[in-house]
Amino acid sequence: MKRFSWFNATSLTLGFAFLYVPMIILVFYSFNASKLVTVWAGFSTQWYGELFRNEEFLNAAWVTVNVAVMSSTIATALGTMAAYVLVRAGRFSGRTLFSGMIYAPLVMPEVITGLSLLLLFIGIGLDRGVLTIVLAHTTFSMCYVSVVVSSRLVSFDQSLEEAALDLGCSPFEAFRLVTLPIIAPAVISGWLLAFTLSLDDLVIASFTTGPSATTLPIKIFSAVRLGVSPEINALSTIMIAIVTVGVITASLITKQAAVRQARDERMAERPA
Amino acid sequence: MSQTVFSPWEDPNEKPLIQFKNVTKRFGDFIAIDNLTQDIFAKEFFALLGPSGCGKTTMMRMLAGFEAPSQGQIFIAGQDMAKIPPNKRAVNMMFQSYALFPHLSVWDNIAFGLKREGKDKETVAARVEEMLRLTRLSKFAKRKPHQISGGQRQRVALARSLAKAPKLLLLDEPLGALDKKLRQDTQFELMDIQEITGTTFVIVTHDQEEAMTVASRVAVMDEGQIIQVATPAQIYEAPNSVYVADFIGDVNIISGRAKPNGEKVATQWAEGQPDIIGTTATKFDTGQEIHFAIRPEKVAISTDEPQDAANKVRGKVLDIAYLGNISTYHVELPTGHVIKAQTANTRRLSRRQITWEDPVWISWTDTAGVLLER
Repeated sequence: MKRFSWFNATSLTLGFAFLYVPMIILVFYSFNASKLVTVWAGFSTQWYGELFRNEEFLNAAWVTVNVAVMSSTIATALGTMAAYVLVRAGRFSGRTLFSGMIYAPLVMPEVITGLSLLLLFIGIGLDRGVLTIVLAHTTFSMCYVSVVVSSRLVSFDQSLEEAALDLGCSPFEAFRLVTLPIIAPAVISGWLLAFTLSLDDLVIASFTTGPSATTLPIKIFSAVRLGVSPEINALSTIMIAIVTVGVITASLITKQAAVRQARDERMAERPA
Repeated sequence: MSQTVFSPWEDPNEKPLIQFKNVTKRFGDFIAIDNLTQDIFAKEFFALLGPSGCGKTTMMRMLAGFEAPSQGQIFIAGQDMAKIPPNKRAVNMMFQSYALFPHLSVWDNIAFGLKREGKDKETVAARVEEMLRLTRLSKFAKRKPHQISGGQRQRVALARSLAKAPKLLLLDEPLGALDKKLRQDTQFELMDIQEITGTTFVIVTHDQEEAMTVASRVAVMDEGQIIQVATPAQIYEAPNSVYVADFIGDVNIISGRAKPNGEKVATQWAEGQPDIIGTTATKFDTGQEIHFAIRPEKVAISTDEPQDAANKVRGKVLDIAYLGNISTYHVELPTGHVIKAQTANTRRLSRRQITWEDPVWISWTDTAGVLLER
């Protein structure tokens, strides 16, 4: 079906321009030879080189990756467990309340999440640093994981688990040997989602961080206040690349899993 | 009693493998199983037959351990099953959806249960190979479930559930997903495998033909209760109620009042019509409600008045259903009753002389039908 009118072409161009022109400009100027951000002086990758010699940025990047890996791993474990219980436990009183409570952080303003976490950490006397950022990121990214995983579990044929029990598995073995391998794509894409969310979070991280731990978004934000440098452009370009790869991988995995799942379900309903 | 006939339920010394003792199962307000008591013996092929919602699947899931009875007890081999989880029971189940593990090959699917038992590699491999041979799947061992046909998947599911050599195999609508031709072949295959392995099979089905073909005994269920348990032939020829007679096969039911006369019972069913004479072992009181049930193939149809038939009625052909090997005539009686009569088409179509609107006689002997109280 071809519907390529001028109107459609214009809408599409405007829409995408609105979304991507700022980023393209940023990527473009990251290859600028000049130190002045807005004056083009020829192609160069020197700012990337400088970036990799800048200890402060490298430290921040290391902290960020550490936080992202830890928080997304914990969030994936917790989110999967929450999703499993909410989908499997059937109807118990307060089920709607519980699932609502899992998903509420999705729409909660980050400032509020950050502030309340800060108050909690101060209240229990936890020194702010990497640990507190990890905990904070786990808190908000786990609900994304549980959304992704529960959407897969809803259509999971429960007789597969019963078959595993019937063949001698304990309930935990049934989960480990049958359920988990089958829902693995959803779990992995949940992890990637949590990872990218943690990677680019500024608001919550700045609330819950301490002097010992500076993440990359915080570093960039504070550096920009002293003026935009081409180095920052280069760094941002790298972050855009990482996030893009993460999101695309997650969506590819989800899509592939959806195709396989559709096939498996067809097979269960009406064998050829 | 003859040695060759398999009928442990008639031997009072035989110990049943499965015992349901006053089992009731409730889901909220809904009673799925209503105070049910039933014995099933070793090596039986026992069919639970009934419409959907009659409780047959619940009975099976209680045997597997996925549901617990609300009241009463279930014994398997003399052991109370109340506290035994599904993974600790010597019972395996073949699921309606087959529930093959999509991430494992055919070989690994069959080996799954054996590996859980902690058997060594050689034992597992030998047993899997044996199962593959039994179900003629050796060629497909390395394939994934989505790479084989429906009939093959059905056999994988069977092989997987038989691999652990369970005392009892439960089959939940095992052939429901197969087309008719394949289903018939598979029914005979199932019977062969049951005979070879000597496993007790309990099958759940809503397909009466399937139950009749495979089972040693059939239990007809309705609303959480077993209405009748008997061999397929007994169920068909001597149903104990209108419900069973109607559920299994095709039947004509004529209701009326009983008039016992020695060994025979006459059924008064319509003004001005001769009473239907039948024989029965049940005792009926005069004037009691009675239902006369007769299978269409036991009703004869003719254009001339039959001479020595115990029961004969005049009617008019309303409809003819031609099914190739047999034809069913719908004959309308002057009273408005429509009786189905079936004849085998031993002659070619052109030679048959009865057609629509023809006045005909239908007749049957005094032992052709059964007399039922309810």
